[in-house]
Parts: sequence; structure tokens; C-alpha cells
Amino acid sequence: MAQTFGKFIEQQSGHGEYLKIGFYPTSIPLQQRWRNNGLSADFLADYLSTFFPGDDPASAERKKEIKDAVSYVANELLENAMKYSYASSQHRVSIEMFLESHAVSLYSINGVAPDGIEPFQRFIQRLLSEDLDKLYTEQLERSAADESGAASGLGFLTMLNDYKATMAWKFSSPAPNSDEVAVTTMVKLPV
Amino acid sequence: MDVIHDDYQVQFDEASSTVRCQGSFRLHGDEYKPILDLLINAADMKPATLTLDVRELQFLNSSGINTLSKFILQVRKHQVSQVVVRGSTRFPWQEKSLINLQRLLPELKLAIE
Repeated sequence: MAQTFGKFIEQQSGHGEYLKIGFYPTSIPLQQRWRNNGLSADFLADYLSTFFPGDDPASAERKKEIKDAVSYVANELLENAMKYSYASSQHRVSIEMFLESHAVSLYSINGVAPDGIEPFQRFIQRLLSEDLDKLYTEQLERSAADESGAASGLGFLTMLNDYKATMAWKFSSPAPNSDEVAVTTMVKLPV
Repeated sequence: MDVIHDDYQVQFDEASSTVRCQGSFRLHGDEYKPILDLLINAADMKPATLTLDVRELQFLNSSGINTLSKFILQVRKHQVSQVVVRGSTRFPWQEKSLINLQRLLPELKLAIE
């Protein structure tokens, strides 16, 4: 059964304007895959910016802001999905972008390792309930002092704090009686 | 000891105590090590003013934010240098995110042009 955190909004591919890119994470090594994240993120951002026409300074500025935000968010979502994707998972990694009247929503989907679920959900609960300003400073101090370069959550905090995004998550099993768990991360950006 | 790559470059100008970052920082974990080493080395020289010029840095991922944070922490440890971060409005992320470095060092001077 699916478990959601935050105000998760289901989207249906096939409705409205959307773009979806899928990957099979185990097909090539992570290192080689990494560059692809940036290319895919920029592609999504470039594609979207064509929906915001106009050459006057205000429109150009808005287009630049939206492109920059989508490029950052999509890249972070893909980096996370590739980094934490469960090696034995049959799940493909995918990213979808939906254009709505006053928002752009991005959804990434990837498998999660069984022992990674609980700490991830604990961190999500902190993101959704604690003072973001305080949490950002705390995580920045913690990750800057950490030699191991372990997960910092800074990507999510930047989306929420700097880009004023709304985020939600859904954990679900891809098939009945399956032990595998996939997480869908939703990021909604105001435009 | 400059870091020169097709997609990004980091140079330390000792005469002006300025570290210049250019290109796109979308690296993965350990790939940041040479950049971090350069930044730590610059901080360890303890100049009165240390400038971090990112005006030509188009993109910074969260691992990159972490790398810059480690640099700021090193400067804070020495309590000697005034840090000036030079940014540009050309890349919207800079106005949004560079200010976060002041969370670690409130006296850091941010100059966005």
C-alpha cells in the first residue's frame, strides 16, 4: 500500500503538457551516467522555456528564472535517483515534468534499498515539520564538517528554501506481494 | 595547482588572493576533491581578504554547495580572513543560494553585480 508524505498530487501521463525521460540505472556505471543527469536536466529546462515566449525584458527575466530553477531541481532529482537507486531494483529511474497554469511539477521515481527507507522517511518528516531556516543552517554545518561526504539533504533544502518549491513523496510497491519499494518525489515550482 | 577541465575551471590567483570558479559544477562526490584542496589551500594562506569569484559559474549542484561550505568553514576556523563572494545576476541561482554561505560566516561579504 502506498504511503505518502506531504500533499502528494497524482498526475496522469497523457493529460496536458508533459515530458518523461526514463533510464535503466544498472545499464552503465554511475560515473558514466552522471554527465547524463545534467544533459537531461538542461533538456527539460530548455524544452519548458519555449512555453514562456516574449522578448521584452520582464518575459526574458522570467524565462531565465524558470529555466534555472527547473535545471537545478531536475538535476538534483536525477542525481539523487541515480545515487540512491537500489542496485537490485527492477525499477527504472524516470523523471516527468508537467506544465500547469501556474506551476511546473517534476516527479522522479526510483527504487529504494530496504534499509534506506526508514532514515529517508525520518528526514522527510523533519523537512515537512521543522523550521526550514534552522534546519538548513543545521544541515549545512553538519555536512560541511562531515568528512565522509554522506547524504546531506541539502538538495531538498535548497529546493524548499531557495526555490520556494512544494515537495511531497510517495512510497509504493511496484507489484502486489513485492518487497521492492519505489519512491516518487514530487517537486512543484510556482511559475 | 589550478583545476582545468572541459566543463569547469578553478584558478587561484595568489597575488590578489582570489579563487575564480567558472563553468558548471555538477560533479559527483569525490570529483570535488581537487577543487576542495585548492580552496582549503587558499584559506590556509590566511590572507587579510580572500575573494571567491563565482561570476562565471553557471551551475552549482548540492554537492558543490557542500564543497563551498567546507571552504567557508576552514576560513572560519582560522578567524583571520575577510571573505568576499562575488556573484552575478546573470545566473539566477547565485542570487538565491549564495546568501546561504552567510549562515556559516555572517561577516562574509556578498557582492552580486
